[in-house]
Amino acid sequence: MKSTRMTALLAVIVTSLLAVFASSVSSAATAKTVTISVASLIPGSTPAAIAQFNAQVAEFQKANPSIKIKPVEYQWTGPTFAAKLAAGTLPTVFEVPFTDARTLGDNGQLADITTEVTNLPYFSKYNKAVLAEGTTAKGKIVALPKGAYAQALHYNRKLFVAAGLDPNKPPTTWAQLAADAKQIAQATGKTGYAEMAKDDNTAGWIFTTVVYSLGGRMEVGRGTSAQATLNNPKAVTALNMLKKMRWTDNSMGSNFDYSWGDINQSFAAGNIGMYISGSDVYTNLVSASNIDPSIYGLGTIPLAKNKTAGVLGGGTEVGVRPDANAAARAAAVKWIDFFYERPLVNKAQAIRNAQTLVASKQPVGVPALPLFNKKQYDLANTWIKPYINVPLAQMKPFNTNIFNQQLVPEPAASTQSVYHSLDAAVEAVLTDKNANIQQLLDAANSTAQGLISQGK
Amino acid sequence: MATVDDPIDAYWTDSEPARVSGHEYRRARRTPVTWVRGGGLATLLFLLPMLFVFGAFSWYPIVRTVIMSVQHTNLVSPATWVGLDNFRAVLHDPLLPKAVENTAEFAGLALIFGYPVPLVAAVLMSEARRFRGVYSALAYLPVVIPPVVAVLLWKTFYDASPTGVFNTILGWVHLGPYPWLQSQQTALPSLVLESTWANAGGTVIIYLAALTGVNRELYEAASVDGASLWRKVWHITIPQLRGVLLLTMILQIIGTAQVFLEPYLFTSGGPANATLTVLLLIFDYAFGNSLGGDYGQATALSLMLAAFLAVFSLAYLRATRSWSAK
Repeated sequence: MKSTRMTALLAVIVTSLLAVFASSVSSAATAKTVTISVASLIPGSTPAAIAQFNAQVAEFQKANPSIKIKPVEYQWTGPTFAAKLAAGTLPTVFEVPFTDARTLGDNGQLADITTEVTNLPYFSKYNKAVLAEGTTAKGKIVALPKGAYAQALHYNRKLFVAAGLDPNKPPTTWAQLAADAKQIAQATGKTGYAEMAKDDNTAGWIFTTVVYSLGGRMEVGRGTSAQATLNNPKAVTALNMLKKMRWTDNSMGSNFDYSWGDINQSFAAGNIGMYISGSDVYTNLVSASNIDPSIYGLGTIPLAKNKTAGVLGGGTEVGVRPDANAAARAAAVKWIDFFYERPLVNKAQAIRNAQTLVASKQPVGVPALPLFNKKQYDLANTWIKPYINVPLAQMKPFNTNIFNQQLVPEPAASTQSVYHSLDAAVEAVLTDKNANIQQLLDAANSTAQGLISQGK
Repeated sequence: MATVDDPIDAYWTDSEPARVSGHEYRRARRTPVTWVRGGGLATLLFLLPMLFVFGAFSWYPIVRTVIMSVQHTNLVSPATWVGLDNFRAVLHDPLLPKAVENTAEFAGLALIFGYPVPLVAAVLMSEARRFRGVYSALAYLPVVIPPVVAVLLWKTFYDASPTGVFNTILGWVHLGPYPWLQSQQTALPSLVLESTWANAGGTVIIYLAALTGVNRELYEAASVDGASLWRKVWHITIPQLRGVLLLTMILQIIGTAQVFLEPYLFTSGGPANATLTVLLLIFDYAFGNSLGGDYGQATALSLMLAAFLAVFSLAYLRATRSWSAK
């Protein structure tokens, strides 16, 4: 009997000790901090923008005490991204264009976040076409959309007025755009119309936008069997249009190597009448270029009157490094949920986000395209309506027309290679009066076809 | 069989053990103890950091380059063996002739305009009786300016609008405005101009140091004979500096054949590939595609460039051996 009692007592003690040990192990595990680095703002952002980002980091860390966020300045450009990718120096959470996410995932260069993402409460509401941009051929989700844009015409209202043009009526045809550009250049001495024309794929990106607006396409088909059509008749027309503005009208100024950041800065400084970029670029104009909001105007891209004419649409995806472990992946998706996605679907988070942005004098209400559906997009905009601080009236020409335009996705096969092949053709026309347009486009087409066939 | 009279000599010889005066000296064998006592361990310890640095940062990358040149790899997925395909692809790239042509043009222009500038500056400075130190410092100043800062500075100089710095200055004498970097014709010479400004200072210092080694009596004798400055330079300075001149020339050719910084930062190879150089093409192969570069092709072209420069340097040294030895 005595031995039975002793055995029972021993069992109780051992069980208690085990329980205490297990609970301490468990609490140690839950208390273990996971540190992830995340893409923050582009280099050169204003102190106010940095303060706003840091405020959001603090809010996230307060809600998730076991996750430590390390912000890393980040700007996606083709060459720097490739170098960081190869060197393994990308932050845990980083952004890539719509065009790259799927292929990066297929190549094993993005983490599989399917499990974490499908647990998000709003997962089923995503627009399937948008979600597909971050889904691999095997159906694994490797990225979530940050935002979608349509290419738009950004114009300087002040220069419009100075040139005797109506700042509420941006051009709606390419002929009118050329005429307005000429008028601005002659009346103000500033650049009437500028294009990104650098050898970093931006020249090809904007040129493709112009060709789409005329009804042309850069390729037919998908994958390595796609056929390049860079030398299509609309592309010839588009280059001739540029040639006329550059050499006959003399309305394109003297700088023909603008990249994405340069052209934003020059526009914000009041040196450019009109240029094409994504509809959401106003955020950068405020956070990195200190634009005077009163000069800003936003319109849609002029579309030719044919069935295939459309506006190029794209977007940005957010992905996770492939070497992130399970804890880092989970933390990364929590951050993506908090910072990128929830403000679009959760009223409380949308309002909190807007309040933080307003407090830091950052733009709220920049035009974008719906990631879920138009109804959700409009609903989210009603939540933040009291906080919208962008000059909505000056964006009216865009907001009233964009949903009537046909949205055309970027070339599906070897997108960046197609753009890169076009860079030299655009540069040649802008820097050589006697450039042979058909020859340039034929050469670009041949180069692009080679790269498409190799899957590069 | 060698004979030895001293045990110390026996230690250093590889000969068989010898019998001398009835004593048998066995050859002192290298044991770990003798190696340590002889200073071998200390030598190795001092050598290790350098071996590590060279191994990790010079020899290993070279070996990796050779291996990668016969592979297809994006540095993330497993590499695959492709033999000489990368070399064939590079040789068939329509951009390669353009890159070689631009590189040769850059090197040629730098040789014609950039090479004599430091020599002339050094000779003039050495003739100055006052403020020689100030002139040297001013000449060397561009070298200490960070290259990116220098390029940004020159970008404002090269602003193609009539209000650009150079165009404003030229406008005072009713010239221009010129497109500088925005024209396929003037972009490359503009890069050479900046490159000469940025790099001449280092060569000036080398020439100034070399000039101190020239016997002053030769100049004094020439002066007594009534020689002009030009005749003194031509008949004394240049022959006396020929060894240094030949060395700086080959270094400049090798340097300009690998020009990257200026075309990358100024023009990214544009406009329309007018400033695309071989090194920029290598960079494009490796990093031009955001989906992961073709490191195989990049390393293949790197090896081809290295082989060309090695052969060129050997030929140059052989061709100038007799002149530089005079």
